[in-house]
Amino acid sequence: MAIDRDLGAAIAVTRFGLGARPGEIAAARADPRGWLAAQIRAEGADRPPGPAANSAERINQLLVYRQDRQADKRVGAAKSDASKMAARVIRVEGGGDFLSRLRLGATTGAGFRERWALFWANHFTVSGAKLATAGLVGPFEAEALRPRVFGRFEDLLVASSSHPAMLIYLDQIHSIGPGSAAAQFQAGEGKRRGLNENLAREIMELHTVGVEARYGQADVTEFARAMTGWSVGGEADPADRRGAFMFRERAHEPGTRTIMGRRYAQGGENQARAVMKDLAASPHTAHHLALKIARHFVADAPAPALVGRLERSYLDTGGQLGAVARTLIDSPEAWAAPALKFKTPYEFMVSSWRAAGAVPTDVAAVAPILAALGQKAFSAPSPKGWPEEAEVWCAPDAIVKRMAWSETFAAEATGDRDPIRLADAALGARLTPLVAATIARAETRPEGLSILLMSPEFQRR
Amino acid sequence: MTRPGALPLPTRRHALMGALGLGITVEFLGTRAFADSERASGAKKLVAIVARGGLDGLSLSPPVGDPSYAALRGPIALGPFGQAGGALKLDDTFGLHPSLAATHKLALKGEARIAPAIATADRERSHFEAQDVLESGASVVYGAASGWLNRALEAMGPAGKVKAISVGPTAPLILRGRIEAASWSPGGGAGGDPRLPAILADLYAHDPLLGPALASGLAVEAMARTAGQDAALTAGAGGAGGELTARAAQARRLGATLAGFMVQSGGAQVAAISMDAFDTHAGQGAAQGPLALRLAYVDAFLDGLATGLGPAWSDTVVFMATEFGRTARVNGTNGTDHGTASTALILGGGLKKGGIVGDWPTLAQGRLYEDRDTAPTLDMRGLFKGVLRDHLGIERAKLDTLVFPGSAGVAPVSGVV
Repeated sequence: MAIDRDLGAAIAVTRFGLGARPGEIAAARADPRGWLAAQIRAEGADRPPGPAANSAERINQLLVYRQDRQADKRVGAAKSDASKMAARVIRVEGGGDFLSRLRLGATTGAGFRERWALFWANHFTVSGAKLATAGLVGPFEAEALRPRVFGRFEDLLVASSSHPAMLIYLDQIHSIGPGSAAAQFQAGEGKRRGLNENLAREIMELHTVGVEARYGQADVTEFARAMTGWSVGGEADPADRRGAFMFRERAHEPGTRTIMGRRYAQGGENQARAVMKDLAASPHTAHHLALKIARHFVADAPAPALVGRLERSYLDTGGQLGAVARTLIDSPEAWAAPALKFKTPYEFMVSSWRAAGAVPTDVAAVAPILAALGQKAFSAPSPKGWPEEAEVWCAPDAIVKRMAWSETFAAEATGDRDPIRLADAALGARLTPLVAATIARAETRPEGLSILLMSPEFQRR
Repeated sequence: MTRPGALPLPTRRHALMGALGLGITVEFLGTRAFADSERASGAKKLVAIVARGGLDGLSLSPPVGDPSYAALRGPIALGPFGQAGGALKLDDTFGLHPSLAATHKLALKGEARIAPAIATADRERSHFEAQDVLESGASVVYGAASGWLNRALEAMGPAGKVKAISVGPTAPLILRGRIEAASWSPGGGAGGDPRLPAILADLYAHDPLLGPALASGLAVEAMARTAGQDAALTAGAGGAGGELTARAAQARRLGATLAGFMVQSGGAQVAAISMDAFDTHAGQGAAQGPLALRLAYVDAFLDGLATGLGPAWSDTVVFMATEFGRTARVNGTNGTDHGTASTALILGGGLKKGGIVGDWPTLAQGRLYEDRDTAPTLDMRGLFKGVLRDHLGIERAKLDTLVFPGSAGVAPVSGVV
């Protein structure tokens, strides 16, 4: 199906990108595909503005906090001011990272590149719901993911799986090979520590081959054994290792492992890397990722032909994600599909700022609204990340709350601008006569902007 | 279609009436009570709690009388009956976690029972697959796109009336489907512009997703105000508790508010709520610790709900189920990994008295599933089918095909309601 350039430009900016800032659809009109392709670059996605967050520093803060807490407990005191303050700093800094990411989303001229980065951040979810990871989500995305989102998937996978935030989030740092030197030493001390299979399982199920690959419990356990030793430097380690990835040979389970029918010789740290290499190269992974990309960018139930194209692109290029992104842009199905993707609360708010040419300034004002809409900042409910389906996000309660926020936002953001112009700039050829007429009848300018933001066309992409 | 600009709409009440133009439920606004004579099941209420993350059944209802329990569990074992911080006794084998004091009181009156070795048909130990099977009611993963509770509503009668509600800002699968369900979460947002709801209702007139969602959301918002006022009274008057933490007090209020939704005339008959963070891979604790706190939260919610329902409690069944249990043995990090069978809680003022629901396979050597997990003895669908048949009056044929497709071989559990 041929799509004219006006509609193509509107789709490029609103479906592939994060929504239109004033003038953006007009700028994409000359060559919508080229406008998207130009955003793909080897050096990866942008880092959110502001001082670079550093995961090692944040983990060291956490270590200090834990020492304070233990000291409190030793003297039988309730949480002292020092430990309360430390916990607050961790939360506040996490909030700052989140605001930086929102501001990048609201202002970037490369909305497709940022959506692509957000997709991978959701694929490799680290949730900040626990204090231990509350300050690490921003650094994780910036350090492990953003530089590699247009590179080889295998590199992205290893970077994610070896990053302290992921190792902490999915309990890998506590996992010790039952037959390792460390376990034997601890048994002598009367302690019993051992395997924790959480990260190994989620790498297989969520990050790579997916459950359709039909591996078994034994494969998960074997992979968990291969991963033992992948850890993070703590208080007892040299200062330059604290808060950084560290392979603990003494915690590593010795021996050959068999995972999904393949044998992996003992190789210390590299044993798990060898497994990840094969997982990344698996056709199951190609299919799993292709389906997820198509679901996120195009439709909750995407055309099989589109999934097939993405899958082939992944396999043909050895998992080069930049090439997969290009295939997505070049797929006619991605443009022909009706706009049925319902925006998540994050996408809705970012696109609202973009439509108004506004920038969020206060995370304390934004965070409670995102939470009320069901998408608490940096706090996905599980390692699976945020769901995609329209039915999840278009719940009655959430729609009433979106409406209430639209009103508040429009009251602040509209100023003396004409809402019908804002609507034209935000939706381009996707603006329907009904919505345009309804906005034209609005009693006030802010009411007109509220109608735009709550219109079925703006709620979807 | 009404031209929105021409309507003077000074209050939200009018806005609600605007939403009614979509043909969505009048009953839900509470204009008339259920006509019980029309349908005897009209007064019966059902609350489904989905505990996400894989709730450790051996902590929820610790079998402290099972000879293998203490050794398998090590540092996370609950103490024996009568000991400070020990399990709260149900029978010679089972107790409840000490955080579940209010639930235990109900159990002593025969108003709370446990099914200690229950599981879905899924054996893959994946959160997401198992939750899908639990909520969709299908016999295989991704076998149905709607939730079984929604299809149960479909089986009960004519579509189109809002009589179900989910608590939380997003819609859980168990209640998604053809029958429109309301949703609600605390902190409702009434905006300033009284015209906007009616304008949007017009704009959404032909939108299959946004139209019903907005109408239902506005209707619930109105109910919430009433329910919230009732809940404040109930929560304030509550006798149980003593030292409730702030979060537990919040949970209790949530339970009471939900009860308020359900006892209003024309209120929701079926409700679903998710509780999360039960994925206790490390440091789960025993009488105290992270899991104990989560269970205290559950207990406070149930207490608020039971108290808030008042006389309606005797017409209510509540169950709490989880996607799978956890390993019988403590793992290397004082937590537990993904397992198989777990415990379901069943509560209600009209339960039949009796012991545990289903058989107890014991934790003896050789009796664990794959030498690892509590072995399942009861298919979760059997319990659900029993409740739907005996409490809501849904006939077996519909349960076997529409509600739980392909489940003719799974018999409804008798003797619970």
